[in-house]
Parts: sequence; C-alpha cells; structure tokens
Amino acid sequence: MSAAAPATTTPATRSEWLQPHRIVLIAIAAALVLSAILFMRWDWLPNYYDLALLGIWRTIWILVVTVVLGFMLAVPLGLAQAAGPFWLAWPAKAFCTVIRGTPLLLQLWLLYYGLGSLFPHFPWIRQSELWPILRQAWPYAVVALTLSYAAYEGEVMRGAFAGVPRGQLEAARAFGMSPWKRFRRIWLPQAIHRALPTLAGETVLQLKATPLVATITVIDIYAVASRVRQDTFIVYEPLLLLALIYLIITGILVFAFRKLEARIPARLG
Amino acid sequence: MRGLANSVQIALGAFGLGLAIGIAGAWGKLYGSPVVRDLMEIYTTVVRAVPELVLILLLYYAGTDLINRALDSFGYAPVDISGLAAGIGVLGIVQGAYATEVIRGAILAIPQGQIEAARAYGMPPGKMLRRITLPAMLPFAIPGLANLWLIATKDTALLAVVGFNELTQETRQAGATTKAYFTFFVAAGVLYLLLTLFSNVIIGRIERWARRGMPPVAESGR
Repeated sequence: MSAAAPATTTPATRSEWLQPHRIVLIAIAAALVLSAILFMRWDWLPNYYDLALLGIWRTIWILVVTVVLGFMLAVPLGLAQAAGPFWLAWPAKAFCTVIRGTPLLLQLWLLYYGLGSLFPHFPWIRQSELWPILRQAWPYAVVALTLSYAAYEGEVMRGAFAGVPRGQLEAARAFGMSPWKRFRRIWLPQAIHRALPTLAGETVLQLKATPLVATITVIDIYAVASRVRQDTFIVYEPLLLLALIYLIITGILVFAFRKLEARIPARLG
Repeated sequence: MRGLANSVQIALGAFGLGLAIGIAGAWGKLYGSPVVRDLMEIYTTVVRAVPELVLILLLYYAGTDLINRALDSFGYAPVDISGLAAGIGVLGIVQGAYATEVIRGAILAIPQGQIEAARAYGMPPGKMLRRITLPAMLPFAIPGLANLWLIATKDTALLAVVGFNELTQETRQAGATTKAYFTFFVAAGVLYLLLTLFSNVIIGRIERWARRGMPPVAESGR
C-alpha cells in the first residue's frame, strides 16, 4: 500500500472505539432504545413470553436440524460434482441448479400445498404409520430447508473439494491409505476448512430463511410475532423485537463460526 | 403470466435501486467522513443480519405508514402506495446493503495506482467515479452482482407474504381455485428456473464485455 492508503482504510493505530462521533452515535442509539422502551407498548410481552420462548427454541431447532442434515447431503453432492462420474455429477448438478434457481418459498409451498394435497389421494399413505407425521407441517419445512441448504452448500463443497491441492491426495495415496481413509483423513477436513467461511455465511442465510416456515403454519418465532400482531393490533413492537432477536442469533452464529475457524491451524496457502 | 411480469418488474426495479444505493454506500464507506462510514456500517450489518421477510414486513408496514404520516404533517392527503412501489423500495433497500459490500470489495480490488493516476490528472471526484472507478471495478463486481440479481428475482417471491400479486402468490391463488396445487407450483418453478438460466446467459455476455482486454481467468464467477 502506498501513501494514499490511509485515505481509503481506517487508520488502525488510533483507538478504534472512543472517537467523539461514536459517542454521539451511541448516545443517539441509547436514546432511541430508551424512547422505544418508554413510549411503545410492551404490555403484551408477559402474555406471550412462553410462546416466544417456544418460538425461539423451534427456530433454532429447525436451523440446527436442517444445517446438519443439509451438510450431510451436501458432502456427497459436492463430491459427485467434483470427482464423480458423469452419471453422478450430472444429476447432482441438475439438482443444485434447480433448487438454486427457484425461490425457497415456492419450494416450501410446492412441498406443503402441492405434495401435501396429493398425499391424501393415496389410501396406502393414509393408512401407513407415517400419516400422523405427514399431516403436520414441520416435516415439509425441514425437508424444504434441508434440500435448499444442501443445494447451496453442495455448490460450495464442489469448489472446496476441487480446491484441495492434488499433491495432498497423491501423498495420501503414496502412503497407501485406502480411498475411504484418504477421503476421511485428508480430503474432507481440508475441504471443510476451505469452505468454513462460506459455510458461516450460508448458515446465516439459512437462519434468515427459517421465518418462511411460518407461512406453512409452523410456529417459529416469526409466527409468534405475527400472532401478536393479529391478536393485539400492535404492529411495530413485535417486529422490532423480532429483528433484535434475529440480530442476536446471527451474532451468536458468527461468533461461534469465528471460534471454530480459529481452532483450525491455518497454514494452508 | 401477469405474475411473472410483476416479478420481473420488481426484481429489475429493486436491483436498480439496490445498485444505486450500493454505489453511494460503497463510496460513503470508503471515502466518507467517519460518521457516514459508521452509519453505513450499521445499515449493512443490520440489513444483512435480519431476515428479508422480517425486513419486508417492517419496511412495508412502517414505511408506508411513515410516508403517510409525513405527508399528513405537511398537509398533504395520504397517498395509497402501490404494492409495486413499496415492493421495489423494500427490496431495493435490502439489495442495497448487499450491493454496498460487493461494490466496496470491487473498488478495493482496483489497483491503487489507477485511482492515484486519476487524482494526479486532477479529475474531479464525480468524473473519476464515472470514468475510472466504476469501469475498473466492474469486472470484479460482476460475479457478486450477478448473484445479487438472482437473489433479487427469488426475493420477489417473499412479497407474496405481504399479499402482493407476484408470481408465487398468483400461483397459490390459481392452485387454490383449481385444487391443482402441484401442477401450478411446478409450472411456477419452471418459470423461475427459466428466468435464472436466461439471466445466466445474459450475465455471461455482460461479464465477457466487462472483462474485455483483461487476461482470462480459469473459473470466473459461479
């Protein structure tokens, strides 16, 4: 960087936080929060406290389940695209393109309204033991979110698998490792390490996709907020609180991923 | 089909607005005063951390309400803001935050010497933006902006939640009246997919144009 660099980047030497304008901004923010607490209506909060906790719990539950399942799906998807024969790579590629090319809301509604309205026509499904589960909304939500995460993540994993240096794999083979061991010990860890920053971003995106399940009657935190709105005709307060809750969850996610990244010794090129 | 037209219209409008906000935001983040820089930081962080759906609801209700109140206090009659305008505005603000980050990164990727050379020629900032910074950052920004455009087309589906008649909402209504949900949703999915694939072709063209005269890269964009 040359002499003009300080004009484009914040000088890191000065104390970052306690600049005068920051104090003013913090004061304004505090005043806004205070006025929100004082002048807006929060009396509905105790009535919905339990429901809100349930909603937060369900949001996090859906997030964790779909991310874990989606990632488990994404690894074979990425592998098939990066190294598989064409009859594996082609369907995987098509799957990723289709899922990434259509809105998640549409997929969700396709599964819930579309498939959900087709199922009752088949008596053997109605009589099977799965029926009580299929009648509820959450399996559709989990399936749709999992597929979507898997498709996006599969694309990321494809790049990550392809990005692992050839020499590493050849060295593993020279050590006489079996293909499975090679994959487990060398290929997958390095690919995950490469994908981790993107993975964090995708997980935040996934969190932001979870409120969509409220449109198919799963009660997550977003659905709780809209319930409050419908019951009490208070519009802004629940939404603001909702935004705050999502901000906090995002913050926790980003922090956790940063910790995870820091744990991996980063000496790759 | 009317739904598709509406969707495309919103996506185009929102993307355009987002681009404008993005350029201004990136400019503010890079060259603005500390206050502007902090405000931009808050804007992009908050918008990117809160789900689009919540933002759409918040801005859709709060935005129309605020505008009407402002008009009221200035003595004008309250206007009925059309769903189209509100949708474009809301998605534009969301897109703007992402575009800011993309464009900021792209501007930072320009070799510093080019901007210094422009300064040394005594170009005024506006001319420098138009002649040097924007064209030079374009190849770096196109992959990110292409992703944003695809996100914009898909985000229009979210407006169905606030009851705007775009493609997904129309599909649902058509499905509800005919009870053939599955058929209609698959058809809508195909339409979205075609839109995406078509955009990909166009984006490929634009990217080739923007990268003219630059060394080819092994794998450009996704």
